[in-house]
Amino acid sequence: MIDLHGYGPRLFEGAMITIQLGVLSLILSVILGLLTASAKMSRSWLLHRIGTLYTTIIRGVPDLVLMMLLFFGGQIGINQVTDWLYYQFDIDIFINVNEFVAGVLTIGLIFGAYMGETFRGAFMAVDNGQIEAGRAYGMTNWLVFRRIRFPLMMRHALPGLSNNWMVLLKTTALVSVIGLSDMVRVAAEASKATREPFTFMLIVAGIYLLIASVSEWGFARLQKRYDVGFGESN
Amino acid sequence: MESLTTWIEGLLADNTIFTLQTLSYYGEGLTTTVQLVFLSLIIGLVLAVPLAIGRGSKHQWIKMPIFFYCYVFRGTPLLVQLYLIYYGVVFIDGIQDTWLWVILEKPFVPALIAFTLNTAAYTTEIFRGAIKSTARGEIEAARAYGMSWWLMMRRIVLPSAFRRALPAYGNEVIFMLHASAIASVVTIMDLTGAARFVYARFYAPFDAFLFVAAIYLCLTFSILYLFRYLEKRLLAHLKPSGQ
Repeated sequence: MIDLHGYGPRLFEGAMITIQLGVLSLILSVILGLLTASAKMSRSWLLHRIGTLYTTIIRGVPDLVLMMLLFFGGQIGINQVTDWLYYQFDIDIFINVNEFVAGVLTIGLIFGAYMGETFRGAFMAVDNGQIEAGRAYGMTNWLVFRRIRFPLMMRHALPGLSNNWMVLLKTTALVSVIGLSDMVRVAAEASKATREPFTFMLIVAGIYLLIASVSEWGFARLQKRYDVGFGESN
Repeated sequence: MESLTTWIEGLLADNTIFTLQTLSYYGEGLTTTVQLVFLSLIIGLVLAVPLAIGRGSKHQWIKMPIFFYCYVFRGTPLLVQLYLIYYGVVFIDGIQDTWLWVILEKPFVPALIAFTLNTAAYTTEIFRGAIKSTARGEIEAARAYGMSWWLMMRRIVLPSAFRRALPAYGNEVIFMLHASAIASVVTIMDLTGAARFVYARFYAPFDAFLFVAAIYLCLTFSILYLFRYLEKRLLAHLKPSGQ
């Protein structure tokens, strides 16, 4: 049996943090991605510009730099806002930036840009006739989105979505740098303390591969579900 | 040069954070980042070509280890790989007494090894896809001409595969540039390292990180336009006719 020098439970907690962080930021990034895709496809010049600016900047700057900017800068920014509120309106609040929340927000924000591109491509692949048919039935815009555009779009978006999720999962490792005790940070501490880097790092690598394999299986099942009605070929 | 420095000094007259001193940190950081990314990409590319050919081999004992290598390095975070190599090297018993320590003492070499292995894995997959999608007719024509396997690879398969791999490889180069920010975690003074230093020194996160983000953005766009130009030159024959 591998000797974990008592780091086993902490490593497990770290793995849980990694998974929670991954899933929560995935949800946030999907929401942001849908909004971005809608903004980029809208007829409004301003919304289109905002969407493009967001995706361009996020995809042009390293994740780690954005994370540090939002995490270190976030606290100062919030302090400035609360100070201003205090001096202007005598409202006294103090908001402490929690590492976990900062991590979820940053990763969600970063991958929202990538998801936006994925969804935009997928929305454009939806047959226009289907949407027209929905309108002809007197469906509202929201109903058309929920019943027709979204399910049809997901079929095209799933490969990209699964790809983004794999990258997102690996990006969660970066939160260890801003001080969150995810499994990478626990493993790094354990490596330094016990001088056995291979034991801990290989375990962590194994957990990442396991999560990736499980989600690959999950995405394959989802793909099957959304492919219903499109023949057995894919 | 002299006039340039005075010009910059004049511009920065009222600035406490961006002085010539801190700008020189960013400058050194830029050099380190470019060195690290460039070297790992070049070595990774050299490794990836034979690996991609081997990945398509008929023999299981060649194919499987390469598949496993790619799977592991593409499936785990670069940070974990970096830690594994960085700490793994430092904690080898007695390494501090050997001549190797002179090179390995600085974190640059472990980081370079980690980045190289990582990009080689991704590049192998990119090239494998490109080699696999070679038109059958081209291979048959090469065989019909009596070309040996090696000659066919060199003259027919690889040149066209490289061209087809170009867009995906451009993405990999940008990905590598962004991934290189991780080097700052193991105390390398790359661009991000310089930004972290300036942040810690002046407690000015917006100035330090927004400036470095702008530099990365410029680098990203330069790479993007370089690859767009290359694509236009090298993939001209693949464009739909009439354009």
